[in-house]
Amino acid sequence: MSLPSKVSHGDEILSPKLGLAGWMRWIWAQVTSMRTALILLLLLAVAAVPGSVFPQRSADPNGVTSYFKNNPELAKNLDTFQLFDVYTSVWFSSIYVLLFLSLVGCVIPRISHHWDALKSEPIDMPRSLSRFPAYLKISSKTSYSMPRVAEELKRMRYRVRVTKLGVSAEKGYSRETGNLLFHMSLLGVLVAVGVGGATSFSGQRVIVEGESFVNNLAGYDSFSPGAWFDANQLVPFSVKLDSFRTTFDLRNRTNIGTPLDFEAFVSVREGPQATSERGLIRVNHPLEVPGANIYLTGNGYAPEVTFRDADGNVSFSGPVVFLPQDSNYTSLGVVKVPDAKPKQFGVISFFYPTVATLKTGALTSRYPAPVDPFLTMNIYVGDLGLDNGVPSNVFELSVHGLEQVAGGKSGTKPIKLELGQTQTLPGGLGTVTWDGLKRFASLDIAYNPMQVWVLVFSALAFIGMISSLLTPRRRIFVRNGKDGLELAGMAKNDDPKLEGILEDLVKFLKKRK
Amino acid sequence: MKDILLNPALDRLAVYAIFVSMAFYTVAFLTFAWHLSRLSSTKPKLRKTAVTLERAALSITILAFLFHAAGTVMRGIAAARVPWANMYEFSISGALVIVGIFLAAWFIREIRVIAVLVTGFALLVLGSAVSLFYVEVRTLMPALQSVWLVIHVAVAVLATAFFNIAAALSVAYLLRNAAWLNKSQLPIAKVAKRVLSVFPESKSLENIAYRFNVIGFILWTFTLVAGAIWAERAWHRFWGWDTKEVWTFIIWTIYAGYLHATATRGWTGARAVWLSLVGFAAVIFNFTIVNLFFKGLHVYSGLK
Ligand code: HEM
Repeated sequence: MSLPSKVSHGDEILSPKLGLAGWMRWIWAQVTSMRTALILLLLLAVAAVPGSVFPQRSADPNGVTSYFKNNPELAKNLDTFQLFDVYTSVWFSSIYVLLFLSLVGCVIPRISHHWDALKSEPIDMPRSLSRFPAYLKISSKTSYSMPRVAEELKRMRYRVRVTKLGVSAEKGYSRETGNLLFHMSLLGVLVAVGVGGATSFSGQRVIVEGESFVNNLAGYDSFSPGAWFDANQLVPFSVKLDSFRTTFDLRNRTNIGTPLDFEAFVSVREGPQATSERGLIRVNHPLEVPGANIYLTGNGYAPEVTFRDADGNVSFSGPVVFLPQDSNYTSLGVVKVPDAKPKQFGVISFFYPTVATLKTGALTSRYPAPVDPFLTMNIYVGDLGLDNGVPSNVFELSVHGLEQVAGGKSGTKPIKLELGQTQTLPGGLGTVTWDGLKRFASLDIAYNPMQVWVLVFSALAFIGMISSLLTPRRRIFVRNGKDGLELAGMAKNDDPKLEGILEDLVKFLKKRK
Repeated sequence: MKDILLNPALDRLAVYAIFVSMAFYTVAFLTFAWHLSRLSSTKPKLRKTAVTLERAALSITILAFLFHAAGTVMRGIAAARVPWANMYEFSISGALVIVGIFLAAWFIREIRVIAVLVTGFALLVLGSAVSLFYVEVRTLMPALQSVWLVIHVAVAVLATAFFNIAAALSVAYLLRNAAWLNKSQLPIAKVAKRVLSVFPESKSLENIAYRFNVIGFILWTFTLVAGAIWAERAWHRFWGWDTKEVWTFIIWTIYAGYLHATATRGWTGARAVWLSLVGFAAVIFNFTIVNLFFKGLHVYSGLK
C-alpha cells in the first residue's frame, strides 16, 4: 500500500479536505484488506487466551474474589488491564469490532461484484490457452463440433458460452455465494448475540419441596437482566416444586453412590388464572414456559427444624437449605434465630445423609441418600447484626463477636440429632427439634429472545461455509486451433480433477466424432 | 438413565486388547521406518524390497487397528454407552479414528509417507491413555447424559483426527523444504536428505494437508455450534467463555486465519503451513493442559 500522495502546492485551500478524504480512503483500504483481516483474526485468537488463564468475573466470580485475596497487588494491576473481564474489555472489543468493520468493507463490494458475475456470461476466450494450469492439445485435421462440446459441458452443469472463437464455460458460482453467505451470517451471529445480551435475563432461585416460585423480581435470589430488559416483561408464571428425586447407583461396586439422575417434579401455572400443569425438570432437559426456560443446576437437602425457647414458644421453624460440601452430600447449613429469647443466636450445622465416623473421630457421610441421617449443630450467642440494615448472606454466619456455647472449643459438646429427636440447648436457650427432611433444587431461570436467531445465523454460516469450501470453481475453454483441438482449464484453488475433466471431454468428443 | 450394569471384567479385557494393539503399532512403526530407509537406499536391489516392507507394515497396522477397535468397542459395551466420555476414552477413540481415516485414505499415494508419524502418534496417545488417563468404567453424571455428548464429542474427535493427519503432512512438507537440512554436512543430515528425497513433492503435500484441514475446519465449526447448543440445554447459556469454550474458539480462529492465509497469495507455502501447525498445537494444548489443569465447567477428564 502506498501512502496518499502529497498534496500539490497549487490548491492550498482545498488540500486539507482532499488530504483528509485521502487519508480516510487509505485507512479504509487498510482496514478492509485481506492482510488486515488475517492479522485481526490472529490477534483475536491471541487476545482470547488470557481469559482462560485468569478467572473471569462473568464465568467464575468466586475465582476472581479469591485471586484478589491471594495476590492483592497483582490482582489490582491485572484489573487495570481488564484481565478479569477479557471478553468485554476495551481491547478485546476493539479487535472484534475492527474485524467486523473489515468484514463489512470486504464483503459489501464483493456482493455487488458477485451479483454482476452471476448475471453475466462466462468470460471471453483468452488469446493463449497453453499457459493454463491444465492444458490439452489434440492434433487433428478436421475440426470438432463446438455446439456438441457446449452440450456436454451444459450436461456437466457448466454455464456455457459459444462464440466463433470456441466455448468458454464456468462452474461453481456457489463457491463465492457461499463465501458471502458465510461472512454475512457471521455478522448476523454477532448482532444477534449483542442484541440477545441486552434483551435477555437470567436469575437463580433455590426452592424447597412444597415451595413455589413466582416469576417476578421478588421471586429471585439473584437476578441479572440485560441492559434493555425491563422487569415488567417477566411473564407471571409460577412453579411449585412438588418433589425432588435423586437416583444413585446401587448396583455397580466401583460406582456406588454416583448420581444417575436428578428429577424435579413441578406444577406450573402460566399465569394467576391458569390451571396448574405437571412438569419435569432434569439436567440437560430444561422446562420451557412462556418467556423463560427453567434449568436444574443443583440440589441438596433441606432439614426441617424447630427452635423453641424455654417457655415453649416457637422462635424458628421450617426447612433450612444446606449446601452440599462433597459428593456424599455432607452439607453445611446456617440458621439465624433473631427472635430467640433470652438472646439472639445463630447455628452452624452439618448434615450427614448417611453418617459414619472417621478414624480421627470426625463425622462424615459415606452415601448420598438419607440412609442414616444425622445433624450436628454449633451454637453462637450474640448480636447477629440483622437489624442494622446491611444485607447478609443467608448461607454464612459471621461468628466474629459471637460467643460459642455449643461445639468447638466452647467446652460443651455440639448438639447431635437424629431425625425426629428433640435436644435441649445449653444456656437456657430452649430446645431444637428435627421434624423432617426435604430436598431443594437450585433453578436457573433464563430467557434470550435472540437465541433462535443466533442459531439461524450459525446454521446459515455453516451452510455457506460448506458451499464455499467444497464447491470447486472451474473455468474451461475449448476451441479448434490451427492444427487441432485445444482444451484448457483453470480453478480457483488447486484442483486435481481438472486434467481428468479435460481428458473426459476429449474421450467424449472422439467417441461421437 | 437407570439400572445401568457396568462390566469391569469386560473392561479389563478391553485394556488387554489395547495393549496388544500397542505392540502391533510398535512393530508397524518400526517396519514403516525400515521401509523409508530402504526406499532411500542407494542400492537398487534394496529399493525393490521396500514394496514388500510397506505391504507388511500396512498389514500390521491393520491388525493393530483391529485390536484397537475391539478394545474401544469393548470399553463402550463395558460402560454401557459411547466410549468417549472421559480423557481415557476419547484418547483411545481419537487415536482409533486417526488410524482409521489414515487407512481409509491409503489410496492417496502422498499420504503414505506419514505412516511413521501416524503409527508413532497412535502409540504415543494409547501409551498416555493407559498409563496416565486410565479410569475404571463409571456411569455418566447427569450433566453428561445427553445426545449432544454423542454428537458434539464424536465430531470433535473426528475433526481432531483430520487436523492431526494434516499436521503430519505439514511436518512432512516442512522437512521436505528444510533449507538447513539441505545445507548441513552432518552424516545424519545426509541420511535424512536421502530419505526426504523419496518424499512426495512439497506442493502436493501442502495441497493434501490443506484439504484435510478444510474438512477438519468444517467439523470443528460443527463441534463449536453443537457445543453451544448443548451448553444452552445444560447451563442456560449457549456461550459463556468457559475455558474449554475459549480454547475451542481460539482453535477455530487460528484455522480460519490459516484458510485466509492460503486464500491470499502472499501467505501460501511455509508460512501458512506453520500457522496450521500452531492451530494443531492449540488442539493438543486444549486436549491435554486445558483438560487437566485449567479450571472450568468442562471437568470430565475423570481424573482426581
Ligand atoms: C470474522 C472473522 C472472519 C472469519 C471467521 C472468516 C473466515 C473465513 C473462512 C473460514 C474462509 C474460508 C472460505 C474459503 O476459503 O472460501 C474465508 C474466506 C474469505 N474471507 Fe473471511 N473471515 C473473516 C473475516 C473476513 C474479513 C474481515 C475479510 C476481508 C477483509 C474476509 C475476506 C475473505 C475472503 C476474500 C475469503 C475468500 C478466500 C477465497 O478466495 O477462497 N474475511 N473467511
